[in-house]
Amino acid sequence: MTGDHASGGPAQPPRRVDRAGIIIAALLAGLAVVLVWDARGLQSTAMYGMGPEAMPVVIACGLALLAIGNFIDALRGNLPARESADPVPVILILVGLALLIAIIGFGGGFILATSALFVTTSAAFGRRAILVDSIIALVMSTLIYLAFDRLLTLSLPTGPLERLL
Amino acid sequence: MMDTFAALAHGMAVAVQPMNLLYALIGVFLGTAVGVLPGIGPALTVALLLPVTYKLDPGGSLIMFAGIYYGGMYGGSTTAILINTPGESASMATALEGNKMAKAGRGGPALATSAIGSFVAGTIATIGLAFLAPWLVDFAVRFGPEDYFALMCVAFVTVSATFGDSPIRGLTSLFIGLTLGLVGIDKLTGQARLAFGVPELLDGVEVTTLAVGLFALGEALYVASRRHHTEEKLEPVRGSLWMTKEDWKRSWKPWLRGTMFGFPIGALPAGGAEIPTFLSYSTEKRLTKYPEEFGKGAIEGVAGPEAANNASAAGTLVPLLTLGLPTSATAAMMLAGFQQYGLNPGPLLFAERPDLVWGLIASLFIANCMLLVLNLPLVGLWVRLLAIPQPWLYAGILVFATMGTIAAKPSVVELSMLAGFGVLGFLMRRFDFPIAPVVVGLILGPIAESQLRRALAISLGDPMTLLQSPISATLLGLALVALLAPFVLKGMGRFKANED
Repeated sequence: MTGDHASGGPAQPPRRVDRAGIIIAALLAGLAVVLVWDARGLQSTAMYGMGPEAMPVVIACGLALLAIGNFIDALRGNLPARESADPVPVILILVGLALLIAIIGFGGGFILATSALFVTTSAAFGRRAILVDSIIALVMSTLIYLAFDRLLTLSLPTGPLERLL
Repeated sequence: MMDTFAALAHGMAVAVQPMNLLYALIGVFLGTAVGVLPGIGPALTVALLLPVTYKLDPGGSLIMFAGIYYGGMYGGSTTAILINTPGESASMATALEGNKMAKAGRGGPALATSAIGSFVAGTIATIGLAFLAPWLVDFAVRFGPEDYFALMCVAFVTVSATFGDSPIRGLTSLFIGLTLGLVGIDKLTGQARLAFGVPELLDGVEVTTLAVGLFALGEALYVASRRHHTEEKLEPVRGSLWMTKEDWKRSWKPWLRGTMFGFPIGALPAGGAEIPTFLSYSTEKRLTKYPEEFGKGAIEGVAGPEAANNASAAGTLVPLLTLGLPTSATAAMMLAGFQQYGLNPGPLLFAERPDLVWGLIASLFIANCMLLVLNLPLVGLWVRLLAIPQPWLYAGILVFATMGTIAAKPSVVELSMLAGFGVLGFLMRRFDFPIAPVVVGLILGPIAESQLRRALAISLGDPMTLLQSPISATLLGLALVALLAPFVLKGMGRFKANED
């Protein structure tokens, strides 16, 4: 469906090499190399048939072929048209995820961690009321924590806030 | 024949136990509530709600699953009709006509025909499942490991190459999934592959982590990155919710035709509800007495594709339950749900746990009835869910999405993997790589490998065993044809284009 954008149409600009496509092809090729490198360390203990190293090599071959295929597509400019993307919200959400991981990692607990993610995501989608959002996030994650802890008896990571409950 | 009735009656007896009815009700309710959120399709609905079922017994949780599955489908069509953001490509046809109807003030009948059509299709298709499954199980018990391997090859090809826009991009997604499937300890020799000395990686990549990362985080990042492009508009439901006599007259045939498209195509190990929904849409467009209404809100264009979508969802349960073969992202998530309890769908499960399998099938009927009764009166509630402002909506989705991983494995490594898969999902959406083949590759890759190794061990290392079994040879041939067909057809298409 979307592939049709590239072909036909008289007002089409001349096809250009797609840089992102080249990078994708390079990454696939790199992944293939990693697979083969990792498989070399495996010992084939199977008396008959395949050992554990066979499948990674097969998949690596597939990846290498696909890297070539993607490379050709990129050279021909065959990738579907892309709309412009705004990097700021993406980075904000990723910061939120990083905060979440860090808070969990350092024992800050579930409530603080998910609240941080909530506030950054909300900001990424255009909200600028950080204080209000923080309060909503804290109340919501506390409720979720209590529901999981008491009703479903699933243990979520605890930190200073959870110990108060 | 009689066996099926007896088994189904037994399943009904399991499903109508009060606790199980309650699980089904909770599942239906949660499934609709999550499925109705924009951008969340049924696969993600199941993935997000998996952790909720951790502590239940397998029977109860599978019954809840059945509810979540069908509920997610209903919820998705509500979103498609009211804000024109289909959570998955199978709802695209519904969004096409349904949203136009909603804009014209006929949102109520659009929702009604989609709900009743889904009920009709779901019921007929579940009956189809109940009768087809035992027959297929009888056939599948004769499968040797080489036949299973060949079957997986067919699924790999059809899921990734045949029906996508570009076979190369589909296969790339599949191979990323296969690579992820290699991570962890090799079950036959106990050696670690692609673990890079990280102990958390020895257990392999968790299916739910991958699915939630790709679907939920990836979607949120993608929507955030292009927020400046689109303004979603929620159509209020005006006027009567009920269908007029005319609406009924125009709906019932498309429902049945949609079911006839959806179930068989869904039941083939090819997967994908896109084909039957679009087939149904174009058929209705051709057969309708009101061709001028198509594109402006024709009720046939909602009734048919919705029925096809639901029927094919029930159809995908045929290969899933009888062969353990997931052919859609949603089916892959259902399989993950089974595996959570160490259950492997397939002929053996029918023999060993008939109560479980038939209880699940019976619950599908019950979930369908519950949805019909619940959904139309509750539509006001679902509409209110849709009206949650986008920042809070996606913030809530992300909290809910990470919560599953935090509850299951609160480690920095696991959460980093989740975030990494989120970035992967974002990039794949941005560069138009399909997502479902990654999940299918992760789940089926290790199974295919172990079947192949078992087959080769039995044949003392002779690869010809793959071609000596007639089943396996046929299936491998089919896989090869399906792999090459899009390339050949594409070449022919180019030839045709040059001719014009």
